[in-house]
Amino acid sequence: MSDRSKRYRYWRRNLLYVELLLVVWFLVSFGCGILFADRLDAFTVGGFRLGFWFAQQGSIYVFVVIIFVYAFLMNRLDRAFDVDDRRGRRSR
Amino acid sequence: MTVEAWTFVMVGLSFTLYIGVAIWSRARSTGDFYIAGAKVPAVLNGMATAADWMSAASFISMAGLIAFMGRDGSVYLMGWTGGYVLLALLLAPYLRKFGKYTVPDFIGDRYYSQTARFVAVVCAIFVSFTYVAGQMRGVGIVFSRFLSVEIEVGVAIGMGIVFFYAVLGGMKGITYTQVAQYCVLIFAYMVPAIFISMLMTGHVVPQIGFGSQLADGSGFLLEKLDGLSRDLGFAAYTEGRKARLDVFCITAALMVGTAGLPHVIVRFYTVPKVSSARISAGWALVFIAILYTTAPAVAAFARTNLLTTICDTPYADVPSWFERWEATGLIAFDDRNGDGIIQYTGDDAANELTIDRDIMVLANPEIARLPNWVVGLVAAGGLAAALSTAAGLLLVISTSIAHDLLKKGLRPDISERKELIVARCAAGAAVVVAGYFGINPPGFVAQVVAFAFGLAAASFFPAILMGIFSQRMNRAGAISGMLVGIVFTAAYIVYFKFVNPDANTPEHWWFGISPEGIGALGMLLNFAVAWPVALVTAPPPAAIRRLVDDIRVPRGAAEAHEIDA
Repeated sequence: MSDRSKRYRYWRRNLLYVELLLVVWFLVSFGCGILFADRLDAFTVGGFRLGFWFAQQGSIYVFVVIIFVYAFLMNRLDRAFDVDDRRGRRSR
Repeated sequence: MTVEAWTFVMVGLSFTLYIGVAIWSRARSTGDFYIAGAKVPAVLNGMATAADWMSAASFISMAGLIAFMGRDGSVYLMGWTGGYVLLALLLAPYLRKFGKYTVPDFIGDRYYSQTARFVAVVCAIFVSFTYVAGQMRGVGIVFSRFLSVEIEVGVAIGMGIVFFYAVLGGMKGITYTQVAQYCVLIFAYMVPAIFISMLMTGHVVPQIGFGSQLADGSGFLLEKLDGLSRDLGFAAYTEGRKARLDVFCITAALMVGTAGLPHVIVRFYTVPKVSSARISAGWALVFIAILYTTAPAVAAFARTNLLTTICDTPYADVPSWFERWEATGLIAFDDRNGDGIIQYTGDDAANELTIDRDIMVLANPEIARLPNWVVGLVAAGGLAAALSTAAGLLLVISTSIAHDLLKKGLRPDISERKELIVARCAAGAAVVVAGYFGINPPGFVAQVVAFAFGLAAASFFPAILMGIFSQRMNRAGAISGMLVGIVFTAAYIVYFKFVNPDANTPEHWWFGISPEGIGALGMLLNFAVAWPVALVTAPPPAAIRRLVDDIRVPRGAAEAHEIDA
């Protein structure tokens, strides 16, 4: 496998991860918190109406999870394609 | 001990801590000064980013803002957190690999253009000054309200502290002081929130108390709050009033603006590796989310408390905190019908009470009758939030002047020693200017916050994004996109905020999008102009395409700085 096609496949996989995670990002915030919030409000969880919960609590929790999932997936991908940053700190 | 004595103790202790940290971590090279030598561990960088990001407004004003806006306050909660997802997935890792010092550095190099660099520098300085004036004002307000010193004295003390660690320590000093400031501010925010949650709902965790039954058996907190609001003629708390498209656009503009703010982006240059840039954005959001998921709970608690203790109460029987804050002008009672009873209602003609939103956080401990030391802690927390953000912004200003304008522009042959001196002088001068605006706030400060996000959304974010994800994007495309985005967004905001403020109502807005949300449209325009222009002009040189190839791969980021440092 040439270096060039390796880089290309690494980049395609990265884009796939980014696209999937951004879909989730959009769904929990703009989707559940704004666009379909009225429909979700028909359900309640504890004292929360569901759409309201997504807008003021849930979306933020999911954002955190998205970033850690991305960091995990990319660390694995970096190692698989042998492009990770092995030298931890720069030498002085 | 009295409230004032406790406040002196808390503020004094926290300031001693910051100065100690600043002396321990002072900068020795331009690399230290601009990006802390790129050696900050990811978790600590996350903490510093959180403190950098959460300003006096987040700490003091946000919960109050939500308490009055109810559901519509969600735009701030989602907007100011969702941007970190964009940062972590789309910008931070690549900018870290690029590995220079500033955002204008990236724009200037990637688009092989001094003009693009210059436009970026001007935007960065404008955005940062807008922001920093508000922070200095916040410092003055906290001092004057809690310690009854003049606002000018308060601002001067704040300037002195920031001067000390920003000028001496640069990014390195700021980073480690911000870590300390984060600890102070989150402790100061959570203690009253936990107390109040336990008092009202019996739950230790405010995020759970928020959705629980009230301890006095009167049903769910939010249901009671909806009922109270309706009875008094306000809209129900959990129902929105803003148009859906406007909510959508404001949220989008705030998210994209957050991801494009230079003082946030530059934090990701300070970590050792690309992988640490990704994870550090995650940690930053964890630390931010602790406050941002607590704020709406605090808002609902405070609003319920306020409505139940104040409404239809005879003025003679108001609690002591009411009189104390009346003296500061934050709360005012005007007995229009002369019956001596406080009528607080959504009907403007009959309403007798005006409340500043800041009181929701500042007076909350007193409203909930918490011990005096908690009140002192809130003052120290508000100062930590304001100082940490001010320092981060001042650094962007000084770096823009010393590095982007001087080293990369007017005087490329300047030695590192001289550049460091200039950077320190620029930081010093910026502190003085910021202090001046803190003491004499231009009336437009509150208005121009929309500017900061709108401009970042319409200029930086698209330019950086296309610079990373497209190899075809060239100088002509990026510059024309930035200019159109900036001019459109600025014109819309200036028209509705300054030229014709009377027309600033939904009927006159384009598609019902408010000036706060117009940055989202500005961003789309930027993309829409940049693409066709790039396609009909010459592609970027081969060296630039290699640069883009290179920043997409993590390996080698650790060495990137050695050329410059």
